[in-house]
Amino acid sequence: MSDFDSLELRGVGRRFGGVDALSGLDLTIKSGEFVALLGPSGCGKSTALNCLAGLLPLTHGEILLDGKRIDTLPPERRGFGMVFQSYALFPHLSVEKNVAFGLQMQGRPRAEIESRVREAIKLVKLDEHAKKLPGQLSGGQQQRVAIARAVVLEPSLVLMDEPLSNLDAKLRLDMRTEIRRLHQSLGLTTIYVTHDQEEALSLADRLVVMREGRVQQVGTPDELYESPTSWYVADFMGYRNILPATVVSVSGGEAVVQLPGTADGGARLTGSAVGVLSAGDSVRVAIRPDDFVVAQDPPGSAGAGTVPGTVPGTVSVVEYHGREHAVGVQTGDTMLHARTPVAPQVGGSVWLTAPVERVLVFPDSLDAVVPVEVAA
Amino acid sequence: MSGVGGQQTGRATASLRHRLAERGIDPTLLLLVPGLVVALALFVYPFSYGIGLTVQPTAAMQEQWGGGILANYVAFFRDPFVFDSVWLTMRLALPAALFNVLASVPVAMVLRHRFRGKRLLTSLLVLPITLGTVLTAQGLLIFAGRQGWINRALLEIGLIDEPLKLVNNYLGVMFSLVITGFPFAFLLISSYLSGIDPSLERAAKTLGAGWWQRFRRIILPLLAPGLATTFVLTFVLAFSVFPSARLVGDAMGETRVMSLMAFRAFGEQNDYAMASTIALMMGAVELLVVAAVLGLRSLLYRGTTGGKG
Repeated sequence: MSDFDSLELRGVGRRFGGVDALSGLDLTIKSGEFVALLGPSGCGKSTALNCLAGLLPLTHGEILLDGKRIDTLPPERRGFGMVFQSYALFPHLSVEKNVAFGLQMQGRPRAEIESRVREAIKLVKLDEHAKKLPGQLSGGQQQRVAIARAVVLEPSLVLMDEPLSNLDAKLRLDMRTEIRRLHQSLGLTTIYVTHDQEEALSLADRLVVMREGRVQQVGTPDELYESPTSWYVADFMGYRNILPATVVSVSGGEAVVQLPGTADGGARLTGSAVGVLSAGDSVRVAIRPDDFVVAQDPPGSAGAGTVPGTVPGTVSVVEYHGREHAVGVQTGDTMLHARTPVAPQVGGSVWLTAPVERVLVFPDSLDAVVPVEVAA
Repeated sequence: MSGVGGQQTGRATASLRHRLAERGIDPTLLLLVPGLVVALALFVYPFSYGIGLTVQPTAAMQEQWGGGILANYVAFFRDPFVFDSVWLTMRLALPAALFNVLASVPVAMVLRHRFRGKRLLTSLLVLPITLGTVLTAQGLLIFAGRQGWINRALLEIGLIDEPLKLVNNYLGVMFSLVITGFPFAFLLISSYLSGIDPSLERAAKTLGAGWWQRFRRIILPLLAPGLATTFVLTFVLAFSVFPSARLVGDAMGETRVMSLMAFRAFGEQNDYAMASTIALMMGAVELLVVAAVLGLRSLLYRGTTGGKG
């Protein structure tokens, strides 16, 4: 339904009093795509969205819609729909009138406004609440009104600024499904800002992970999930164990590293090197909790001390998570997170192992990483 | 805990405060007593006494206007010299309040944004609130009088041949009411405006609304109850104008306001009863206007405006 082929951001940047909130953002978005901007607060993702909406003027770069510059247009002439974190519903107007507002601004005939508003309200399943004021609705319902208000205009681009962050956990899941359903049925090109990687992974066709105003990595959900290019991205992709370590040796894409705070020759791990590493480098090791295998008996011959690739530790926390238990294992100075179906004793000794290909070894420095835009 | 289950026996263990609260008695309300005594002694009693005075007209009034104990009220409505003051006061207070409210809106809108010199500009706008009416009147006489700077400057550059009459008339009082009333209205409206969530305007922008539509459709409806309240307060302030009506006005002519009439009855004619009557009627007129405005206000949306206010 979107009436353009591509939206191109070229070197988009925004400065606030000498500080770069956003710099050098290059991104090409195809019609119908769902792109998520992911990052912690202050990484520039909301700045990027506001620049796109026209609510913030750019200080660098340009935004092109099918080759035509749009970054000089005021927001009311860009024709983008926006869903705000605070919903920003007009409190004095009923649900219907909120949804009709944009169509009225376009000066559409009354009959058309009525039918399109009715359809949009039906789409978000609020038929019974059409006459109510926003204050009489629950948070989830208000968010649905905000979405209906944005999509009723059939905008070429829908911008969503952390739309689910004010909802409770269960409602957030429902609304996530709802947003995905709407995107699939309407095909509206969407840019979605969030700090929640689960939201981003489940909704988006493509993810843009941002850090300190710069793009860290761009890719499809499974590209980012399976092969993050930096420990920063890995951290977002569920690698809960991000451990500082030192390279002992490197051979053919595999690196042996030593965790600090353990005795010499102690906890050593073998993992896949991401990027160029050499012995003695400071690195970060990333391992997902579910990739650890928790053994309650020492590996190999009993009493043989430590075995390479195995981390010994003491169980300090056990949490019940339904089918599994989340286990906190203290080894040296660091706490490792693992998952296991059988709950070990708190205070007992365990041995953790992880397959080489599931242990990622990244250079410590983040700035060395060159963001690569994967052609989509 | 062996024994009779469930049955509560013996004395209740709740504190005295709880037991009083059960009966709807809140002992902290006792703190209100001193305040109530002061209010009774200094407001309720004198006010009732004043009402009592109005129905004890002097013999001369009774003879001149008839109506028995209501002679003062008859005089108020029949004596054009007194009754016209209602209109003369309205003629000053309504436009002054309206101007103060309407002029404050654009200024407050502009001052919402961040810009260099905002603090200085705000201070300058609010400063007159610290001047008393007398000081304002004095300043106006010096600045805008026949021999004032304005007239001398305009004569000097040849724009006018005769000094403009800017004080000692309706205009002078109007100036004074605006100078003292505007900062007040501006401060109130600024705070109402800051109570409106700025993301509403941003949402309206993304929905294609230009600045006038955003103001007309979003800001104005949300601001309207605040405008009504501000209008009422500035109107009441302006309606009870006294010093400037005397000092920069035409006290026996076009700015013969109600408070001056009450003062004349009290100070010059020693007729306390008539003075009380005029004061009471002044209150009644104010009340009528306030009721009318608040009545209109009740028709408007008055819920949350989404912001911090």
